[in-house]
Amino acid sequence: MVFVLTTIIILCLAVALIQLRHKRNPTTVHIGWFILLVPATLFILLTSYIPQMANGKTLLFTMNWIPSYDINFTFYLDGLSIIFGLIITGIGALVTLYSIYYLSTNEALGRFYTYLLMFMASMLGVVFSDNMMVLYVFWELTSISSFLLIAFWYQRKKSRQGAQKAMLITITGGMSMLAGFLMLYGISGTFSIREIVSEIALYSDHDLFLPAMLLILLGAFTKSAQFPFHIWLPDAMEAPTPVSAYLHSATMVKAGIYLVARFTPVFGGEETWFWLVSGVGIVTLFWGSFQAVRQTDLKALLAYSTVSQLGMIMSMFGIGSVALHTDYSGESVLYTQAAFAALFHLVNHSTFKGALFMVVGIIDHRMGTRDIRRLGGLMALMPVTFTITCIGSFSMAGLPPFNGFLSKEMFFTAVLNISHFDVFSLETWGILFPVIAWTASVLTFVYCMIIVFKTFFGPYQMKKLEHPVHETPSGMLIAPGTLALFVIGIFFFPNLLGDYVLHPAMNSIFPTFPSSELTVHIAAFHGFNTELLMTFGIVIVGTLLYVFFRYWKGVYKLFPEKWSFNTLYNFILDQLEKTSNTVTNLYMTGYLRDYMTYIYLFFIIATGGALIYTKTFLFEITGNAPITIFEWIIAMVMMAAAIAILFAHSRLTAILLNSALGYGIAMFFVILRAPDLALTQTVIETVTTVLFLAAYYFLPEWKKENTTRKIKGINLLISVCVGIVFTVVALAVQNGKLFGAISGFYENAKELAGGKNIVNTILGDFRAFDTMLEVVVLLIAGIGVYSFTKLKAKKEEKQLED
Amino acid sequence: METLITILSGVLVTVATYLILSKSVMRVILGTAILSHAAHLLIMTMGGLKTGSVPILGEGDSNVDALPQALILTSIVISFAVTAVSLVLAYRIYKETKTDDLYELRGFKDE
Repeated sequence: MVFVLTTIIILCLAVALIQLRHKRNPTTVHIGWFILLVPATLFILLTSYIPQMANGKTLLFTMNWIPSYDINFTFYLDGLSIIFGLIITGIGALVTLYSIYYLSTNEALGRFYTYLLMFMASMLGVVFSDNMMVLYVFWELTSISSFLLIAFWYQRKKSRQGAQKAMLITITGGMSMLAGFLMLYGISGTFSIREIVSEIALYSDHDLFLPAMLLILLGAFTKSAQFPFHIWLPDAMEAPTPVSAYLHSATMVKAGIYLVARFTPVFGGEETWFWLVSGVGIVTLFWGSFQAVRQTDLKALLAYSTVSQLGMIMSMFGIGSVALHTDYSGESVLYTQAAFAALFHLVNHSTFKGALFMVVGIIDHRMGTRDIRRLGGLMALMPVTFTITCIGSFSMAGLPPFNGFLSKEMFFTAVLNISHFDVFSLETWGILFPVIAWTASVLTFVYCMIIVFKTFFGPYQMKKLEHPVHETPSGMLIAPGTLALFVIGIFFFPNLLGDYVLHPAMNSIFPTFPSSELTVHIAAFHGFNTELLMTFGIVIVGTLLYVFFRYWKGVYKLFPEKWSFNTLYNFILDQLEKTSNTVTNLYMTGYLRDYMTYIYLFFIIATGGALIYTKTFLFEITGNAPITIFEWIIAMVMMAAAIAILFAHSRLTAILLNSALGYGIAMFFVILRAPDLALTQTVIETVTTVLFLAAYYFLPEWKKENTTRKIKGINLLISVCVGIVFTVVALAVQNGKLFGAISGFYENAKELAGGKNIVNTILGDFRAFDTMLEVVVLLIAGIGVYSFTKLKAKKEEKQLED
Repeated sequence: METLITILSGVLVTVATYLILSKSVMRVILGTAILSHAAHLLIMTMGGLKTGSVPILGEGDSNVDALPQALILTSIVISFAVTAVSLVLAYRIYKETKTDDLYELRGFKDE
């Protein structure tokens, strides 16, 4: 497929270009102009594929990455992905154009456009990938580039906090999505979404089917800022406005929606899927619109309105998935229209929300504030901006003659239809859908009016503004103006969009349905039906609510400010840090005794427990060698000496008792027929004693341990247990000899090594490697002793930072 | 005989453990020295005891197992090296910090 290759080449060239231009000559021409070529070219390229898509063709292109693990760059261009592709590149081009006028050349433009292109490329990767692993890779890349863009002004604390929050929430979702993908792979044995879609009917009874669904949905919900994971989106508004317009209204937040649409043929028709997607969507719709009304910052208001609109799209996809519950029939076709409405609103939302964000950016740029309490009376001063705002807001409120009206009517049709459905216990709960949807729409109307009237009407507050007001340069208005034209254009020619772009996507969402049945004819006027009456109701109630806003403002004070999801999120983060700190400090004491206690306790529990569990503590003394009185005496003396060390008052006593132990062992070596050992042990023990005595000279007096009686008791208990476990294991091992020794071989010492002393031939011939390394150990010890005594710590090294 | 020596090494292990759990650096080093004694005794016992003559050819009909002896010989030398290093380390610690109390040495800033 030429497209993919071209995309990759163009993007790579563009990134290289940024760096080159930026380094060489940073001030002359705004590098945004070069960047603009990238999305524009891609958009035109993608447009040329529309006719093919409309004829039901799909394109597939595979480039091997890790073929042995079935992970390859499989790009799949069908109706669904081309819609997203067009939005990403189209709005991408407009946002780039807008950012040229928005960002001055003093900003780090090279960095900005690198991140932006990285985001654009990964977003295109998400929507075109057919392989789930590659999809995940691009998914995380969008999270990372979004993180970088939110914190573009990294000197500001709020930017960093917003970026961190967005990162934590979306990555959590991304990880769970990965787990879901792996489960799907476990079920079906393939990473290809197309293959899973075609075979999923065989697997829907699998144990992992439901967990996979839940995990993938968690990924979609966090990315698309659904309730209660919406909290990162308002904080992400610290990003530059072009970023907010592009990522946080038009593209990235729709990645979750894309995921839901893409996986509808896999999971759709399941009750859990329906209730989660449409239920969470409708709650998000309500909560977002409810919160948006109270905001005083225009960008925060738009952020909550985005949350709300995303919830609306999500709930429509949920309702659309019901169609897959039964096989194809006249009734199920009715529900596919909800999915069509979702796609339609998806496009509409990208147009009007992009325009609104850009307008707010203009206001912010010109006045230095975007607080609605300080704005007002701008209508006459900024007529073009005002017009665009009106178009965007009225479209969002769902008024004719803007495209938001059409999608809102279709949304009402969908929720009214679903309340009549008689599976999934919808007969009792279904009525909630139209009620909540209508309430949320009223609130949507209210905040849309706030945007228009609080900003552009009322008194002009000269004193509160930083700059005198005048209309913006026309370059900044091109992008929002174009989007506003789309808003109106789609209203008058909706079927152009519907037939050529949206209809092919329906085939991707409902692959089992006959394509001809999925066409929906969008008309601005359906006659006087319930939907139209609901719209009238919205306008009337909404106007009343807006006019009397100050009287019912108190609703927001019913719950204290502290009871928000942000507080919960901060509380969880705080507690995580505190708890992990406490836990770590609890056991990492920095005291040798504590660490040794853990080791010994593990030894006692693991080894002792295994002994008791396997019942291997059998002893037998019949095979023992006989003991003479002489050996009894040595053993008893050694035991007494060992125990006496514990009670020694002076260090000298302890050292002498230790050497008594050493010489006792040497004597045992004599008795046990080990002359070389006896010799070595005697010499080494002598030298060790000398060393201890030398240390005696340098070290302080052997103080009485000032530990408490309780700690001494615990120490005693631990050491007795260790001794017992050790002895029992040793005795048990002596009992069950499974096979004889291999030492017979070493009796050939004379023939093989030419020596009579078997021990020495082992050390010098048979296993000389050990001896060599043992010599190395001695050497290293020698060097260590030398350096410990001779080298002095350099004082200036203490200056190093911690 | 095996049982006696095993119990003896068990006692040594108990004493060594108790010493290692104490505060003073010297006691800990002494504990490790005693622990190595116990280990050597155990290796010796595991090879079987007193069933033959000295492991030198021509000294008797059957020799005792020579392999554990070679292992112990290696081990003695290594444990001596370790004891020597830790003693010098203790000396150096005392010289730098004027204490040999492990509890006081916690969180020492040159750590």
